Order: sequence, then C-alpha cells, then structure tokens
Amino acid sequence: MHMSAQSNPASNQDNLPGSAEWTPDMIQAIVADLKHKPGALLPILHAIQDRVGHIPDGAVPIIAEGLQQTRADIHGVISFYHHFRTQPAGSHVLQVCRAEACQSMGSRALEAHIRNRLGVDYHQTTADREFTLEPVYCLGNCACAPSIRVNDRIHGRMTPEKFDRLAEQLTTSTLELK
Amino acid sequence: MATRIYVPCDTTALSLGADEVASLIERHARDRGADVTIVRNGSRGLFWLEPLVEVDTGSGRVAYGPVEPDDVAGLVEAGMLEARPEHENYLGNIDDHPYLKRQQRLTFARIGLTDPLSIEDYRSHGGFDGLEKALGLDPQGIVDEVKTSGLRGRGGAAFPTGIKWQTVHDEPWQQQKYIVCNADEGDSGTFADRLVMECDPFMLIEGMTIAGLAVGATRGFIYLRSEYPIAHRILDEAIRRAEADGYLGEDVRGSGRAFHLEVRLAAGAYICGEETSLLESLEGKRGLVRAKPPLPAIKGLFGQPTVVNNVLSFAAVPFILAEGGQAYADYGMGKSRGTLPIQLAGNIRRGGLIELAFGVTLRDILDDFGGGTLTGRPMKAVQVGGPLMAYMPASQWDTPMDYEAFAALGAGIGHGGVVAFDDTVDMGEQARFAMEFCTVESCGKCTPCRIGSVRGVEVIDRIRAGENTDANLVLLEDLCETMVDGSLCAMGGMTPFPVQSVMKHFPDDLTA
Repeated sequence: MHMSAQSNPASNQDNLPGSAEWTPDMIQAIVADLKHKPGALLPILHAIQDRVGHIPDGAVPIIAEGLQQTRADIHGVISFYHHFRTQPAGSHVLQVCRAEACQSMGSRALEAHIRNRLGVDYHQTTADREFTLEPVYCLGNCACAPSIRVNDRIHGRMTPEKFDRLAEQLTTSTLELK
Repeated sequence: MATRIYVPCDTTALSLGADEVASLIERHARDRGADVTIVRNGSRGLFWLEPLVEVDTGSGRVAYGPVEPDDVAGLVEAGMLEARPEHENYLGNIDDHPYLKRQQRLTFARIGLTDPLSIEDYRSHGGFDGLEKALGLDPQGIVDEVKTSGLRGRGGAAFPTGIKWQTVHDEPWQQQKYIVCNADEGDSGTFADRLVMECDPFMLIEGMTIAGLAVGATRGFIYLRSEYPIAHRILDEAIRRAEADGYLGEDVRGSGRAFHLEVRLAAGAYICGEETSLLESLEGKRGLVRAKPPLPAIKGLFGQPTVVNNVLSFAAVPFILAEGGQAYADYGMGKSRGTLPIQLAGNIRRGGLIELAFGVTLRDILDDFGGGTLTGRPMKAVQVGGPLMAYMPASQWDTPMDYEAFAALGAGIGHGGVVAFDDTVDMGEQARFAMEFCTVESCGKCTPCRIGSVRGVEVIDRIRAGENTDANLVLLEDLCETMVDGSLCAMGGMTPFPVQSVMKHFPDDLTA
C-alpha cells in the first residue's frame, strides 16, 4: 500500500483560513455536534475558527449556553490561547518563527524585513487584507532554519529574497482566483 | 516492473519543495516513457539533504540529495531514474551513509524506510511485535519490562517511566483511567516528536496502546500542537486505519481489551507542554499550571489516574516490549539507559536526527555529525534542551550526553534538541529573549514567573544600555534566584537558566 501523490493526506496544500459568513445557526450546529466530547471547548473553538476564520464575539454566548458555562469562562479560554483570534484575518496568515534555532540563522533580520515589506507589525493585517502577520515560537523545522508558515504550509531556509518572491506569488495567485 | 522512487512527505522535506519534486519526477518519467511508482516515505532525518530522493534498485536504495524542484530535470537527464551515479548530488546506497551508519536507531529504526500510513509496511518492519508481546503478558508484566528498560521520560524531566506507570497501575481498576501523550513539542531545536508522528505514527499508537493495557486505561488522547498541521493529518489518518484493522477500538486484536485514541489539537500556548497545564487544556480550560501534589498519576485528566508521557517515551515502548527491557537497558551510561534521539539544529552544516546511546559527547555531535556551522564561522555557543536550558560555551562541549553529567554543569538535556550559534550571536540579546519568551508564554498563575520575567527584560535592557551596570547585575542575579526558587513550574523556574549561563560564560556580551 503506497500513497500516490494525489491521495496523500500529508499533501502540502496551501489551505486558506476559513472565511465563511457566520450565522448563529452555524455556531449552534458546531456546538451541538461536539459538545458531547469530554473537554469539548477547544475542539469547538477550533471548528469555529476553521470554518469562519475567527471566533466572532457573537459566538461566545451560544457556546456558553451549549456548554452550560459562563460567557466569562469562554472568553477566558479564547483569550488565553495565541491560536484563537476574535477578528477576521487577511487572506493569508503568515507566521514567522522567532525562536532560537531560527535566530541562529538570521531570523531577526528576516522578521525586520517582513515587517518592513508588509508595512505591519505582529498581530496586524495589511491594508489590502492580504496578510495577517503573527509571531510563532517553533515550527519544528529547526535544522532548515529560518522558517515561516503561510496558512498550513511551512517554508524552510527562508531569506528576504525568497520571501519577496513568495509574497509576490501569493498575492498574484489570489488575484487570479477572483 | 515499475521502479519505486521515494520522495519524503515530512514537514522539512515539504518545506523545501518535496511535493513539487514528486510531481516533477512523475512528469519527467512520463515524458520519457519510464515506468515509475512514487512512494511518499517518511524522512530519514538527514535534513541538510532534503528533499532526499531515493531510487529502489532492487538491491538497495540509492539516494540523491538535496533535490530541489529546479534540480529534477538535470537529475533525470543524468540518469537518476536508472540510479546512475553521474550527478554531483548522487549519494550512493543511503544505508551506507556515515551519518546513518554511526547511529544506533532503536526508536527511529523505521523512519524514512516506510510509507508512514501503510500498516503493511509497519508490520513488515517489526511493527506491532511489541503489542503482540504485551497482549501475552499480564499488566504487571508490561510495567516490569518498562522498569527493566530504565526508560526515563524523554520530554525533559527524565522521570522513570516504569515508576509512573506503576503508580497508575496500582490505582483501583474499577474506574476510568487515561493515557495522555504530550505532543506539544514547543522547544526550539526539537523535531523528534514530529518525526515520530509524521514518519512512523503507528509506533506512537502502539506505544500508547501498550500503556493502556499496562495500567488499565481504555482511553487515550494525543495533545498535539497546532503548529504541526501535517502531523495532525497523518495522525488522524493513522488512527482511522489502526481502528479499521482492529489495533484500536473496543476489542484490540481480539483480546477483549478496549483502547480508544483521539488527537486533540492544542492552540499555540507553550505552557501547555507542562503536564498539568496540558491536562487543564484537554479539559477545555485555560492552560493554568496545577499545584502538585496530587500527581497526575493519581488525579490527572478529569480527576482520574492518568499516564502523561512524551511522544518519545511512548515511541520507545514498542521496542522495549518486542526485544525486552534489558535489550534497551544494554545501551547508555550510568542512570541514563537506552538511546537518546538528539536533534541537531540551528547554525549547523549537517542538521538532523541522531539517535545514539547516552554517553556520546556534545563535541562528537557538533563536529563529526554536524560538521561545524553552516555559515562556516567559528561556533560560539550551543543551547541544549530548549529555551529553558543553559547556553554552553566550548569549554563544556566535551560533556557526555547523560542526564546527570549535564545536571552537574547546571545544564540539561531536556528533549534532546541541540541548537548551534556562530560567533556573530549577541549572547546578551539571547539572555533578553529568554525573559521575553517567558513574558509571552507564562500562564500567569504565579508571580515570580508572570512579573519576574517582565522585570527581567527591563533589567537586562538597563544593563545593556549601561545604566548602573553593577547594581543591575546584582539585581538580575537576585531576580533569577527568586524565579528559580519561587515559581510553581519549570517555565518560571528554568527561564533564568539561559540568562544565568550568559552571565557566567558570556559576561562581556551582556554588558557590551
């Protein structure tokens, strides 16, 4: 049994973050589907963010009611974890690794270049809504540093020049889709 | 018959274009009328050679690497599909590569050889032999094998795994117990957990199932970091296939014993690699550290007895059961038995996975395996064991990789990551980063960690700006001591280690 390139579950598709318009019914359906799981809150939050792209404020009371918890509980969990965002992201979520292995290969200069090129700081989205920039602490690609992640795709041995080409490609292909 | 060509599918190979390489090889082969089958194998862990393409000659696998998408046309032209040696990236029979030949791969014996999602491949390379043995033993017999092996928790704390399992085993059996795998591999410089999950996922499933049989747990969770999307997809699929083949579920291999396994995705909090914080997170809460006692072995997930082990600890178990605990204990030195998967990373020429018996010196790893820095400049410092561990100067590189030998230096092996830095590194900046990282990742429960790290960044900034340097150095020392002694867990308790190592071994960088 081998995996062909086509059916490979590991295939490195450039999944865009979810961007569906959310409705209370959608959130209710997700909660109903997952709330029987022990410790259901993180799976629910992941499912919402995967679908909608973020956790809308309006989802909080629905989750709270479904799980019989307070809104403060739900808000507290969302705000604790770096992964969850409460505002829509740009077309591409770009994470730059700031950890030691990447530092040893020049990631500080790469970070500065990327911030400069995109004109935003961490946790911000570019004015054209193409990129949301996030820091990340290790992508597990430490022997081929520095690394960045664009949506679900990780890129190793990144340089400012390679980044510029990548950013160009990503913005062009997005335009073609429209 | 079609020639089998292997192109790895792990994160590192993919991060360097392995998918494009695979489809280009397919296209060029088609254009030339060559009959090839592309197999997406795991990585061998020779990362400087990724993407590493292997061609099965029928009498061994001949490798080419690194093969970037732009190289494919030239390689095919130079006879890669026929395994010819003309191209400069030709590496010969990969099994004879010195980087592999010199290793002692017990846990990682299969990575890169197999299709990670093929149960058939797994079985034909010794997979599930340990589980079959375990199914023939009583629970205490399984725990005894693990005790005999001398295995210590590979996540960093190095607590004897057999003793932890014994504690959970000894709790009453008429209750729900859990097996939890800590796959929140957040330390920079580490990727061995990822390799297990992406390249040999059934090994983790097997190890956790054996743990379930040993302690009477019917349910397991893999708490996986969200930074590993590829590991997530592979693990989910591997669990599905293991269930379909009766290796997981209500009746494991007809034994009448149940074991259910589920991946739970973390959400980007480093602190959730701490076991009690991880349990809180699995319960759907903020990842706040719990005070110990009670130990998770007695009151763990949802208040029930729980084995929490790192990926590498569970991954060592199938070998231990298949070959016997003594076979594992025969490797190593002192109280550090078995093998250590060392992850060589950062500014290094030949980075990758090096599994060796405990006792090899750091210098052997850095020079013989690593070949010095990638930039070609002199190496200045090495951080072993992740962001909470000391920076080691050259004078300490002859230390053997052994838990006690490293502890004697105020350093640690942690999860086995080794990150090299060349002489352009500013160690003062590294010390500042250690504190800064803690400000970002502290769970906030205890004051020394939550506030201490913020004050730490400020004091280091003042020292680096030349403000009252001597007095602030005393203050920094005092602050480090408070954090080490007063923090609830290793996050605040060990954040000072890299800082103190810079103060001790690289003082000029701090005050420059």
